[in-house]
Amino acid sequence: MAESNKELLSRSIFKRNPIALLVLGICSALAVTGQMTTAFVMSICVTLVVAFSSMTISIVRFQIPSSVRIGLQITVIATLVILVDQALKAFYFDLSKQLSIYVGLIITNCIVMGRAEGFAMSNPPIPSFIDGLGNGLGYGFILMSVAFVRELLGSGSLFGYEILQLTTNGGWYIRNGLLVLPASAFFLIALLIWLLRSIDPEQQESE
Amino acid sequence: MAHYLDIIIRSIFLENLPLSFFLGMCTFLAISKQVKTAMGLGVAVLVIQVITVPINNLILNYLLKPGALTWAGHPELDLSFLGLLTYIAIIAAVVQILEMVLDRFIPTLYNTLGIFLPLLTVNCAIFGGTLFMVERDYTFPESIAYGFGSGAGFFLAVVCLGGIRERLEYADPPAGLRGLGLTFISAGLMAIAFMGLAGMEM
Repeated sequence: MAESNKELLSRSIFKRNPIALLVLGICSALAVTGQMTTAFVMSICVTLVVAFSSMTISIVRFQIPSSVRIGLQITVIATLVILVDQALKAFYFDLSKQLSIYVGLIITNCIVMGRAEGFAMSNPPIPSFIDGLGNGLGYGFILMSVAFVRELLGSGSLFGYEILQLTTNGGWYIRNGLLVLPASAFFLIALLIWLLRSIDPEQQESE
Repeated sequence: MAHYLDIIIRSIFLENLPLSFFLGMCTFLAISKQVKTAMGLGVAVLVIQVITVPINNLILNYLLKPGALTWAGHPELDLSFLGLLTYIAIIAAVVQILEMVLDRFIPTLYNTLGIFLPLLTVNCAIFGGTLFMVERDYTFPESIAYGFGSGAGFFLAVVCLGGIRERLEYADPPAGLRGLGLTFISAGLMAIAFMGLAGMEM
């Protein structure tokens, strides 16, 4: 069991990454990657919500009539998101202001619904929890890589600490304005997808 | 009047939901292979947006806001923490009702929009429109204008992307970029093009 659990975890981070391969949950991936801090917090929120919603739905999966399952799943997810949102507002108010509506949008993040519908409905609670965790981490992995490039090259810092000294502060690094623009996230994700698909040609689309 | 026009123009061009806020990306990328299907999706988003944003505005102002329940004799209640749950439930209900009404009365339209409607319950553009309405504290008429504008913005963006992707069929990119990668890059270029409008003031 331990072996397969580990497999479940790593599979969803690399081989079946929710963003790069399944094209799920891109909205927030693009919007919060301007800084490492917001990307990090967002990854944690999503991981928590996916893991616990998968587990909860898996626990009650025999009690859910299939005709109302979507509504029920959304209710479970929305409840968890409200908890996360309230916790953020209470303890990290500045961050929750920066993330603005994107925390609320976790509800409509297709990764969460996708895992609930695709995995948790047909599997026991513990594997569902781990699968959710893996997907959350896979999402976080992409988010953090994009944010790393954008913050380092765009503003010369990581987590708000200055790494490359900017010319405006008397340093040598001229910041790359393009990477501060939200549109750059599109290009970075396209490059990431290219990279992942070149490493693993099985994932390439044939037309 | 100019104020409402400003909200509409702003939400179509300057604050375009998919291209400036990346909302509704999943459907935006998945259903834009052809202009025809893209149009169907765009119209469905527009219709739902025009209905749900004002309804959620009413819910917010008369049920959830701090002091909103004064008319029921409970001025001290603040139910705004229930917001997310309520909005998503309203959106799901509206989508379901719209689907049934269209099926019963306008079957031709139902056949065009039918497959997109259920998808849109969990579309971030729809939900995002409502959340922006809440965050910006729009009044009821403003929320109608915003619903229309944001829906029209999505329509415009998805139809344009559909047109570009139809042309890209003939391109010959590296194998790893084929399909999704190339779509991302074109969407990025479109986003930059839309940013050219950013300095515009009404």
